[in-house]
Amino acid sequence: MSTINYSEKIPNNVNLADDRTLQRALEQWQPNFLSWWGDMGPEGSPNYDVYLRTAVSVDAGGWAHFDHVKMPDYRWGIFLTPGVADRQISFGEHKGEAAWQEVPGEHRANLRRIIVTQGDTEPASVEQQRHLGLTAPSMYDLRNLFQVNVEEGRHLWAMVYLLHRYFGRDGREEAEALLDRRSGDENNPRILGAFNERTPDWLAFFMFTYFTDRDGKFQLSALAESGFDPLARTTKFMLTEEAHHMFVGESGVSRVIQRTSQVMNELKTDDVNKIRAAGVIDLETIQRYLNFHYSVTIDLFGADHSSNAATFYSSGLKGRYEESKRDDDHQLNGQSYKLLDVQDGKLVEREVPMLNAMNEVLRDDYIRDSVAGVGRWNKVLEKAGIDVRLSVPHKAFNRQIGTFAGVRVAPDGRLVNENEWKANEAKWLPTPEDRAYVASLMGRVVEPGKFANWIAPPAMGINRQPVDFDYVRFN
Amino acid sequence: MNGPAPMEVLKQHLIDPEICIRCNTCEETCPVDAITHDANNYVVKAEVCNGCMACISPCPTGSIDNWRTVLKSQAYSIEEQFTWDELPAQNTTASAALDNHAPASADAGASAADNLDESPAGIDVDTARGSTLPPWSAAKPYVNLYTHKLPIVATVVGNYRLTGESTASDIHHIMLDFGTTPFPVVEGQSIGILPPGATQDGKMHHARQYSIASPRDGEREGYNNLSLTVKRVTQDHRGKEADGVCSNYLCDLKKGDKVNVIGPFGSTFLMPNHPNSHLLMICTGTGSAPMRAMTEYRRRRRLKGATGKLMLFFGARTKEELPYFGPLVNLPKDFIDTTLAFSRTAGQPKRYVQDAMRERAADVGQMLRDDNTFIYVCGLKGMEDGVLQALRDIAVQNGIEWDPLWRALKREGRLHLETY
Repeated sequence: MSTINYSEKIPNNVNLADDRTLQRALEQWQPNFLSWWGDMGPEGSPNYDVYLRTAVSVDAGGWAHFDHVKMPDYRWGIFLTPGVADRQISFGEHKGEAAWQEVPGEHRANLRRIIVTQGDTEPASVEQQRHLGLTAPSMYDLRNLFQVNVEEGRHLWAMVYLLHRYFGRDGREEAEALLDRRSGDENNPRILGAFNERTPDWLAFFMFTYFTDRDGKFQLSALAESGFDPLARTTKFMLTEEAHHMFVGESGVSRVIQRTSQVMNELKTDDVNKIRAAGVIDLETIQRYLNFHYSVTIDLFGADHSSNAATFYSSGLKGRYEESKRDDDHQLNGQSYKLLDVQDGKLVEREVPMLNAMNEVLRDDYIRDSVAGVGRWNKVLEKAGIDVRLSVPHKAFNRQIGTFAGVRVAPDGRLVNENEWKANEAKWLPTPEDRAYVASLMGRVVEPGKFANWIAPPAMGINRQPVDFDYVRFN
Repeated sequence: MNGPAPMEVLKQHLIDPEICIRCNTCEETCPVDAITHDANNYVVKAEVCNGCMACISPCPTGSIDNWRTVLKSQAYSIEEQFTWDELPAQNTTASAALDNHAPASADAGASAADNLDESPAGIDVDTARGSTLPPWSAAKPYVNLYTHKLPIVATVVGNYRLTGESTASDIHHIMLDFGTTPFPVVEGQSIGILPPGATQDGKMHHARQYSIASPRDGEREGYNNLSLTVKRVTQDHRGKEADGVCSNYLCDLKKGDKVNVIGPFGSTFLMPNHPNSHLLMICTGTGSAPMRAMTEYRRRRRLKGATGKLMLFFGARTKEELPYFGPLVNLPKDFIDTTLAFSRTAGQPKRYVQDAMRERAADVGQMLRDDNTFIYVCGLKGMEDGVLQALRDIAVQNGIEWDPLWRALKREGRLHLETY
């Protein structure tokens, strides 16, 4: 007898109720997932009733169901955007062929690697954020954190579904391994660097959801173009949820800036010490956090020159951002792309075959998108009459992967020597003192409608509810 | 329509550029490709948007849910919207035109698809998740007989407080009489009240909409009157102190006072007339008004041998804040099956209508199985999600597939959602 009522417990549109093999795989995996959630999910939260959005179907009506639920009872579903009949692969060497409904043998290893790498980031961020609930600046923000967490959990499910359904035994082993690795664990870390960093405070959390979840958006967008149809459809649906995470980041940082501006205007000062004495986060510290999260995140796109990236594209596994909206031959043979390089102590451009620069192409699209949002933060400053502006650092700044690893570049793009770097590092990246100061502001504010002093309330609540709605019931 | 309107007024859908994060979800969701973007903003094409609301709930920010009343000929073009840093204020020419040319605003219920162009502030009908059609046996309603330009004057014939003096929640039962002027209504319809006076910048107050709490043959049977259930608003939706213009006006009315009324509105949230139909009613607070009207109609016309059942889930914060508590609990059990849910009773766990529904899952399931069941939900915004979720869970628990049932309920005018 099956222990799970499938359509009820696991809302899905993959016909789970009739797929015995998949059921057996998930029956094994689900208890392990729940036990991982218990160990590594949001600390102290299992009994809270949280006002969460649950996807119960893929159409507009079932997309966003709101209700108070306990997180361990959250209905992690499996959803694929409805398929397009006769969909064709839209790029690479297989362009114009029918999209694959099963994994082609020659691409099996690469596809598995892509899915595992994506899947690994999902539980990783839940682990990184598990202590944040203890220092939430408001009940509203606490709810948003939990929403992000359960949706990362669902994204893990989405990837595990693909592994179980299409990759047989090694898929099942990889799915188990996704629950075994731990963010920041020396012996068994998560796969990507940024997902082993700590998310120690809420400013870091907002920066992470703005910058690092945006990497997720671009990776998912590229995979949503994949010739492997189930992957394309799965990631396409994940994108709709990813939007909430970036909202949390963008509006979170925006509200921090708004509050700081307000205090600067009240005190008529731009003196960091006075601003800190008033208990809000100075714009310099915000800029340094931004520099850190931006530079760590653009490393996630991988080496600027990559034959793997060329293979992924040519073989139709991973496209470009908005591939189908681009007006070119979608094969890119013979085309070139300009990369930055270091020559004789200067940054110079060099042309490389575009196929080998696919990571850079995606990174540059990401950069454009990130810069636009920073511009919206600056509008908050502009509106408040403060003439400081935030900006993203040069893309060669503080890089650990690719051409610029080990090269010292200032935020304005100047190559600097080690001495100059050392002398300025504290101006450019968050210092232990900055982090200690931000940490000192992190108290727990969870009375409905109340907000910590360092952050402004949001313009509106969730799902048309008032800002002071009881988004979380602690029981 | 009352004659040709020289100027057409449109409730234009706009996206707030200060809150939008440009995530593309709305553009991806829009079934008619009304949404587009440039490097600066996401915008809505006024001539394409059909107000289907499919984009509203997927939006992670709430920036999508903005509307401005404009003259159709002067709708904001997408080129103009691309340049915005913030939303424009409500254009006064258009709202003045609206006041002068009432048909556009008072045309409530004439067409569900045109739902946006209608009705005064106050009540939202969810036509995405509920029906856009009335039950097949519903009485044919009159709508828009009286407009901003030509309101009907009603006389107050009664006004008393329904809730306990000990509670902060001040809910009134207000009776309005229309004398010899026709004002035909049926249960589930609403009316608009025009509060006297003007806003600080000199504009007339907008009309506010209230559901009718009495049956078609009058609050007092055989008289040309009706009743409203009005809660005095003392806080805005963020909990700050703010006196509701219209609710305070209504709650303070004395016997003999005159009130300007427009309407009636509503042509879908109506009750079935065939005696063997079942009503499943779920409401909170003053959302009880239409339920009271329907129940009272059924009580007066209780036919021998009719098999139609009434089931009511009624929620409030406490027993003292539940309007009509006394008369309600005195109704015979074989006439109406009532379950109350109180969310703030001291010493008791919070209990919401959806909790009460789940406790009665077997009986609710039995109703869901019957094609003669008509469902009505009325109350504060936000209750809808929980109630629909509970209905879905109960259906599944009873072995009924929800999605096909939901589609049938919507198609057959058997699921009606109204919130305010």
